[in-house]
Formats: sequence, structure tokens, C-alpha cells
Amino acid sequence: MDFSLMSRVFPFFVEAALVTLELTALALVLGLAAAALAATAKMSRSAILRAVGTLYVSLFRGTPCLIQLFVLYFGGPQIGINLEPFSAGVIGLGLNIGAYMAESIRGAVMAVDRGQTEAARTIGFSRFQTLRKVVLPQAARLMIRPLGVNTVALLKGSALVSTISVVELTYTAQRFIGSTYKPFEIFGVAALLYMIMVYAVARVVDLLDKRFAIV
Amino acid sequence: MQGLDFTVVAPYWDLLLTGAWWTAVLTVSAGALSFLFGILFAVAVLYAPAILAYPVRAFMWVFMGTPLLLQLFLIYFGLVQIGIDIPALAAGIIGLGLHFAVYNADVIRAGIVAVDAGQTEGARSIGFGKWQTLRYVVVPQAIRNTAPPIGGNLIALLKESSIVSVIGIAELVHSAQLAISETFRPFEFYITAAALYYILNLVLEAALHRFERQVEVSR
Repeated sequence: MDFSLMSRVFPFFVEAALVTLELTALALVLGLAAAALAATAKMSRSAILRAVGTLYVSLFRGTPCLIQLFVLYFGGPQIGINLEPFSAGVIGLGLNIGAYMAESIRGAVMAVDRGQTEAARTIGFSRFQTLRKVVLPQAARLMIRPLGVNTVALLKGSALVSTISVVELTYTAQRFIGSTYKPFEIFGVAALLYMIMVYAVARVVDLLDKRFAIV
Repeated sequence: MQGLDFTVVAPYWDLLLTGAWWTAVLTVSAGALSFLFGILFAVAVLYAPAILAYPVRAFMWVFMGTPLLLQLFLIYFGLVQIGIDIPALAAGIIGLGLHFAVYNADVIRAGIVAVDAGQTEGARSIGFGKWQTLRYVVVPQAIRNTAPPIGGNLIALLKESSIVSVIGIAELVHSAQLAISETFRPFEFYITAAALYYILNLVLEAALHRFERQVEVSR
């Protein structure tokens, strides 16, 4: 182990880890938006909307994230979509995790006892009021943990965008290996930074889950 | 912008199918490894002496906290530095297998804890040893009860196996890349590869569903 090498490359890695965090945060926002739309569509009364939501979730969960990124980044120009690596990474990761998050949201809404809806409707709440005032506040608490698991998966999965040359943590590690020939140390530093980020996110999810738990 | 033309795929169909075959081989062999080591890790964490349980726990902690891509790089490029040179295919199977073993171990460990204590007491009182009780009574029930999430992990493994293309294993993504390097048609080939993954995924889901129903019936 060459520790002086590790301390020399460390600042570059911290910077790269910040790119990984930025990428994850942006993809998370996009993913949550896509998931909310898809979950609403899948639970809607319109057969067309249900079909669209189901198709999106099934296609993005049924194929590898890596292929989705490649179609978008390498295949995109053929259908007139020219994206920078970073934007392609955010959009690809966001749409991919959105499909998983849609199922987390739908699962949480379905898990709210039917009696709650029935009772709200009986005392005169409209469908929308029931959803807004009764079902969603309860479902939101049930969503925290599954959406947290999705977020951790997104953070780790963000390493994939190194293959479309986004200069994030994994890409930076690969570049330093090219110049130092010390893969063990370099990947070790990268792994350490990933672990810090992953367990920090997991801890935040834990705290949120405890804070909003229904006792 | 050039027009899309999926007829370019036809001459490479055999290449893509060979790639899909290797994806299936990878999934099955890494899946078997992840299942076996999942059980071993779970039992080690719960029952092994601290000198073994803690390293296993630390290993699980590291593998759960880092990306699969990085783990593959570490196994394939990193271990060479300390004199362990593993061929790409083996590195891919070991990397995928260990990565998902950790997730299986987490599920199976919870399953073992959830098996009724009366089962252990019953087995012990009719003369089973500690090891026999685990082997014949507790672990089989734990695995049966956790079959759905273990199946879910296998489905995830099928999709994640695409990542081993980066260390040069000739599976489906790698086949598509080879065809693209000759035709410069990334969209057509990656969409075709995606469709093949989708079909493999459906087949695997159907097989798991059937298996789960059989397990249900045999109870």
C-alpha cells in the first residue's frame, strides 16, 4: 500500500465525489417527478394513462440501466437527441430510478388501509380530497424507506455513467489508474468515498423514517 | 440525423444471440454462487465465532456500500497488483456472485431469525445436533420463506450482468458493441440488445413464478 499516493490523489477524489453527489441529486429530482407521474398514471381511471404508466415502468425495469444510458448517449444522435455526457447521465439515471420509485410510491399508496378511503368517502370527502387529506399523508410515511432504498441504489448505480465519460468518482479512479498503475490503492480510496456517501444517505433515511413513523 | 434502419441488425443476429447465451450463462453461474455464499454468509454472521463472523460482516458492509462496477474493477485489475490474476470471465462471475451473495445473505439472515424458535427446540429435543438442526430444519425453512426476495435479486443480477462488458466479457452488451464498431449504428443495436434483455427477463420471471408456486404447493 502506497499511502503517500493515496493522500496526494485524495483532493481530486473529493472533487469527483461531489460530482457524483450532484449527479445523484439531480437524477433523484427527475426520478421522483417521473415516479409521481407514472404512479398516478398507473392508478388512474383512464385505461390509456394506465397503459402508458405500465409501459414506462415495465420497459425501464425490464432492461439494464447501462443499456438505457447507451441508447440515450450513443444512440440519441441518430434520432436527433444530442446530449452532453453529464445531462445524458442525469436523464438516463433519473428515468431508470423513476420506474423503480413509481412502484415504491404505488406500493405505499396501496398499503394504506381501504377502510380509510371508504370512511373518508362516507363522510362526504370527494375523491381528490380523500387522496389529498387522508391517503397521501399516510402513504408518505410508508414511502420513506422504499424510496430511501431506491436513492441508495441510485447513488451506487451512478458509477455506470463513467462508461459514457462523465467525470465522476469512478471515472476519475480509472484515469488515475492509467497514470499510477496502482489499482488497489486508487479503487480503495474511491470505495471509501462511496461508502461514506452511501452510509450517510442511509442514515438520513433512517432518521426520516424514525421521525415520521406512525407509532 | 440519419434514418433508422433495423435491417442492419440481421447479419449480426447470431453474434447477438451468442451474447445473450453468455448473459444467461453468467446469470445462472453467478446466481448459483450468490445463493450458496448468501447462505454461508448468513450462517456465519449468526452462528460463527467472532473471529469469522466479524470479517464476514465487514465484507458485507463494504460490498453493500460500494458500486458493483468498482468491485469488478477491484477484482479484475486490483488483485493483479497483489499477484492474483483472475481471467475476465471468472472475475465477472465472482464479482457478480459475491455482490449479490451479500444481498441474499441479508435476506436469508432475516429469514433464519424469523423461523419459529419451537422448530429449533423440537429438532434439538429429538436429538439433532446444532449443525443438523441448522442444516435440515432452520435454513431450509428460512430459504423457503425468503424465496421471493431471493428471486428478485436474481432478476437484478440478470440486468446488472451487463456491467461485466466493461472488463471485456463477451456477453450481450459486448456483442452489441462489437457490431456497432463495424456498422456505426448504436441506436439499432442497443435497442435490439435491450429487447433481448427484456425477453430474458420475462423468461426468468416466469420461471421464478412457477418455482414459487411449486414451493407454495409443497408446504
